[in-house]
Amino acid sequence: MRSSDALEPTKAERRRAERAAANETGIWYPRGYWKRFAAPGTLWMLLFFLVPFYVIVSVAFGTVDPVFRSPLPVYQPWWWTFDAAAEAVGKIFGPFRETYIRTFTFVVVASGICLVLGYSVAYYVARFGGRRRTLFLILLISPFWISYLMRMLAWRSLLTEDGYVNGILSGVGLPVVGWLEGKPVTVILGLVYGYIPYMILPLYGFLDRIDGALLEAGRDLGASPRQTFWKVTLPLSKPAIAAALVIVSLPMFGDYYTNNMLSNSPRTTMIGNILDDSVNTSGQGPEAAVFTLVLMVMLLIPMLYYLRSTARELARR
Amino acid sequence: MSAPTTTRAPGLARTGARTPPAPPKRSWLHDPWRKPRVLESITWVYIAWSLLPVLLAIFMSFSSGRSNSTFQGPLTLQYWTGTGFEGDGASLFRDPDLRSAIRQTFTLSFVTMAIAVPLGVAFAIGLDRWRGRPASGSNVLMLMSFVVPEIILGVTALYVVLYLFTFIPLGTPAQVMALVTFQMSYPVIIVRARLLSIGKEYEEAAMDLGAPPKQSITRVLLPLLMPAILASFAIVFADTIDDFVTVAYLSGAAESQTLSMKIYTQTRGAPTPAVNAAATFMLISTTLVITLGYLAYRRFSRGQSDTGVGGFASQV
Repeated sequence: MRSSDALEPTKAERRRAERAAANETGIWYPRGYWKRFAAPGTLWMLLFFLVPFYVIVSVAFGTVDPVFRSPLPVYQPWWWTFDAAAEAVGKIFGPFRETYIRTFTFVVVASGICLVLGYSVAYYVARFGGRRRTLFLILLISPFWISYLMRMLAWRSLLTEDGYVNGILSGVGLPVVGWLEGKPVTVILGLVYGYIPYMILPLYGFLDRIDGALLEAGRDLGASPRQTFWKVTLPLSKPAIAAALVIVSLPMFGDYYTNNMLSNSPRTTMIGNILDDSVNTSGQGPEAAVFTLVLMVMLLIPMLYYLRSTARELARR
Repeated sequence: MSAPTTTRAPGLARTGARTPPAPPKRSWLHDPWRKPRVLESITWVYIAWSLLPVLLAIFMSFSSGRSNSTFQGPLTLQYWTGTGFEGDGASLFRDPDLRSAIRQTFTLSFVTMAIAVPLGVAFAIGLDRWRGRPASGSNVLMLMSFVVPEIILGVTALYVVLYLFTFIPLGTPAQVMALVTFQMSYPVIIVRARLLSIGKEYEEAAMDLGAPPKQSITRVLLPLLMPAILASFAIVFADTIDDFVTVAYLSGAAESQTLSMKIYTQTRGAPTPAVNAAATFMLISTTLVITLGYLAYRRFSRGQSDTGVGGFASQV
């Protein structure tokens, strides 16, 4: 974060320049005026977003009521104990290791499918949408307004034992498949189906803004259409692809409902399920807190990357 | 335009070879390649795949059988409004549990919208102009709440309510607290984007003409921000109707169950078409809100450049 700031003017310089510009243009507000606008929101975020994280840490490193097994958070860092946390982390490398590996596999495969399919669709609509662009956009946005649970419900009805998918299979003479009995394929399908809209829209937004002159230049310099795509369009869209991959994979890591609705079998358990189960089991408060913290730390780097890339994008516009 | 049209010499047209046929002016830029049949079919197949299952689920809510996976004629509204029908399933508008879920869903959406949007709009204006280290800290906090997976937000909110802010009871108050935290970043992001695009000129003009700071905000800035504010209202409302994770973690007694929670629990059990009716009802509500938001957006951004679906979509 800091290294990139070195090239930009320092805060003091920027403030001086701003004040000078303000005097010049005649826009004038009292000192500290804007702070008051941001104060309520900031206070809310401190109280209900930052403080909760401290509580989670205090529960994770706190103790447990000896009788009721309910967590007793410890708010003073010098009294924190790390035994329960160590035990929970030990579980991640022990019995839950398979689940963590499985989650990574599912997320990588699902985001990969999202990328290939989503890029093709976004590319087609951005470059060849033509007069039907508005129609395409409405169709691509509409999944956003359909509740995620409804979309999973729809697939559940399609894939049940006597559902239409199996109906078609047996109609063609193929054996009926128990899609909802813990099939990784079904869970990955659900993840792709659920999150691909979040991939397509940002990619579309980016591809739509690519300067046509660059593609013309590629063609003028003798590249074939295919080469123009591989050597110009695709390299240009790398940052957008990375950001879109982060957008779809972050919620997948915390997802437990897709799994519960489409499989509900220990064979497809994901990180989100472990977390959800431990929250719902009494007496496992500290463990759930540790799992939450671990997930947060795991995802911190992609989250910060996403924030940085959107900040850069805003600065460029 | 006024240039005289040159009539072509008849000889030239016949020989042809001397004037290379000028390609149509725009097609080369817009279609530098062959017609992309493969991409086109991928796109249509994707759209069909993404929407047909949902259309089928909507259709299923009008089935007269108990199953929500195979349709049974004739078309009926019994799982929407019926009572005491055969197969004795509950219907969406008659079953007391589902009615209470509808009430709770809309209560939460209204309250969340009423708190999150004003807070968010003020936050956006503040963050846009407030400088310094606390300002960037506040900004990072807001953006983090936008990217953190919902399960993390839900669990942290649950723990804070259970152990520290014990004066906030589980149920509606806790749900509103967490939903506002989760939703506030939408108005902030939407309004800030709009602030960037309108610039400072209008406010400068107002102040040059003698408006005090307060008036230049209420009479100039807020009306200019109106499209973004309306879009925020619509998005927060629609998104809260569909919310499941946050609402489920912070629910208390049975009255604080929402439609999405009912869909979740019943889908995992033995779902009847009433579940599909509930989901369809949610879909109708969000569609209505988004359409209203879009119309209002159009009305308030008249005379400005990007008023089409694209403009609204870029707000989303």
